[in-house]
Amino acid sequence: MSVRYTFGGDEFIFVEISEDMSLDAFFKGTAITRELQRRNVAGVTEICPANASYQVRYDPDVIAPETLLALLKEIDAEVGDAPLELETRIVEVPVLYNDPWTHETLMRFRERHQDPSSTDLEYAARINGLSTVDAFIAAHSGAPWFVSMVGFVAGLPFMFQMVERSRQLEVPKYLRPRTDTPKLTVGHGGCFGCIYSVRGAGGYQMFGVTPAPIFDPVQRLSYLRDFMVFFKPGDIVKFKPIDRETYDRAVAEVEAGTFELRVKPVKFVLSEFKRDPDAYNRSLAEVLDAD
Amino acid sequence: MPTDKTCVIEVVKPGLATSVQDTGRQGYYYVGIPPSGALDQFSLRAANLLVGNSEDAAALECTLLGPQLLFHADTMIAVTGAEMTPKIDGVAQACNVSLRIKAGSTLTFDHVKAGARACLAVAGGIDVPVVLGSRSTYTLGAIGGLEGRRLQKGDRLTSFAPGHQAKEGLELPADLRTPLAKEIELRVLPGLYHHRLTDESARTFFDDTWVVAPEADRIGYRYKQGRALQFRERVQPFGAGADPSNIVDACYPIGSIQVPGGLEPIILHRDAVSGGGYATIGTVISADMDLIGQMQPNHRAHFVAVSMEQTLAARRAASARLLRLREALGR
Repeated sequence: MSVRYTFGGDEFIFVEISEDMSLDAFFKGTAITRELQRRNVAGVTEICPANASYQVRYDPDVIAPETLLALLKEIDAEVGDAPLELETRIVEVPVLYNDPWTHETLMRFRERHQDPSSTDLEYAARINGLSTVDAFIAAHSGAPWFVSMVGFVAGLPFMFQMVERSRQLEVPKYLRPRTDTPKLTVGHGGCFGCIYSVRGAGGYQMFGVTPAPIFDPVQRLSYLRDFMVFFKPGDIVKFKPIDRETYDRAVAEVEAGTFELRVKPVKFVLSEFKRDPDAYNRSLAEVLDAD
Repeated sequence: MPTDKTCVIEVVKPGLATSVQDTGRQGYYYVGIPPSGALDQFSLRAANLLVGNSEDAAALECTLLGPQLLFHADTMIAVTGAEMTPKIDGVAQACNVSLRIKAGSTLTFDHVKAGARACLAVAGGIDVPVVLGSRSTYTLGAIGGLEGRRLQKGDRLTSFAPGHQAKEGLELPADLRTPLAKEIELRVLPGLYHHRLTDESARTFFDDTWVVAPEADRIGYRYKQGRALQFRERVQPFGAGADPSNIVDACYPIGSIQVPGGLEPIILHRDAVSGGGYATIGTVISADMDLIGQMQPNHRAHFVAVSMEQTLAARRAASARLLRLREALGR
């Protein structure tokens, strides 16, 4: 990977780890940004890990651009190829796939879609070589995803599925972005999954909705009490298909303020994952399901 | 002399887009929460100093069409930034001057004559809860300001007790006002994904005159009427979209310029979307960001490429100007 450094005006430095998305690029960015965080550098005000890149905001009156650039290169050389272990957490996100709300929305914006005659799920299944929508949902919910970036709008996680590139689900964005997306839509664009944290514009394909709020300025639910944004880069997500009855029950719990997410701490070791991704993902699922 | 500890402002008409803003929040961009804060930061600081506030107090940012406000207490106000003549009970007042307003008086604004955003400071500063370190409104995330939104008819705002006796008739010197012209230069440090442009487009971007489109708000300013930009052909990297203007989704610096489909450049401002899949081709330097917030639709911009050395020199000049402001209006 040839890392590229470039300045965004006088207050930002942007570092592209790789032009391509890959787990290796994401992990390298994670290792560098965590080390930069640990060093607590005077003048560094924001550290933003992204999918295959990262961005740092700094005060050039405190640390000169060239000094920061040299520091980032030094950190890259030190930690870039070190074995990566991540103390993180795995989160089960319930999803009502093929729900009525995203269906209503996708029909409303059909003329902006590549294939106006089918739904987003039917289209995604077909172009990924899967014979049925159910087979697509099985692939989508079968293997876990890394949260590789949080942003666009407040609290929106971009997710990258933890499978070999040949099994990555790829779906183009809408031809023209929609002006509306239901809140908590599970979407997909390029190789990235996402959950829309708020209602609004969007261009990703829509597959379903989760009843679980992930951004709440009022912080009503227990898992949002510490911070109004739930997801952090490095979180691992496993989607769980649920039926309408389970969804309605969860929504009632959200309204009552009693809804909980299943979250377990987990240590991720890249080398072990790479040796046998499927077996490793099964062991992650066991951590999640253990009581 | 204000006798009440707090001043209540009642919103009779909210104006086009009036919101509570201060110097913004820092440290939450990594979860998609942008800085927010007044788009014209210098005018915010000037307005605050005119009424005896600390320069980072919260004030009202009034866009294009000002609000109508009924005051329920005696206080001091100042209007800076865009030229929107304030009127107290129908009588025209000066911009850039501290004004006394009495309980029962109504503040209105004339149509904007120059610029786009006026900053209305009230002695003591607007009292709304601090959210993640700032009182600034971020409407997309519904946080900060008054209930995370723009002002509405019937809203009631309070201000903190003035900590410092403001002086009536204090005036902001003419050379310390944000320049308000219909055609301006914006200095840009090329970079980010600039190398993805063809040589010709890398040139025409800086040659052409760009006109502010109607889609210009606190998130970003869209520009049109320049020649379309071409990106170099390539096999798109895995995970980037199909269009040559697409990249693997990444962070966007505040002030960065993206060109979806090569058609209309968008400069992200203080309510920016924090990242996405469009190639950015450079960044407006921090010293020129205030100028963008004073552009109206149909105003024109020329982008001027500068070096990092020039960028830092401009930053030093902006800091020196801020020092002059503090000396001119200091306590």
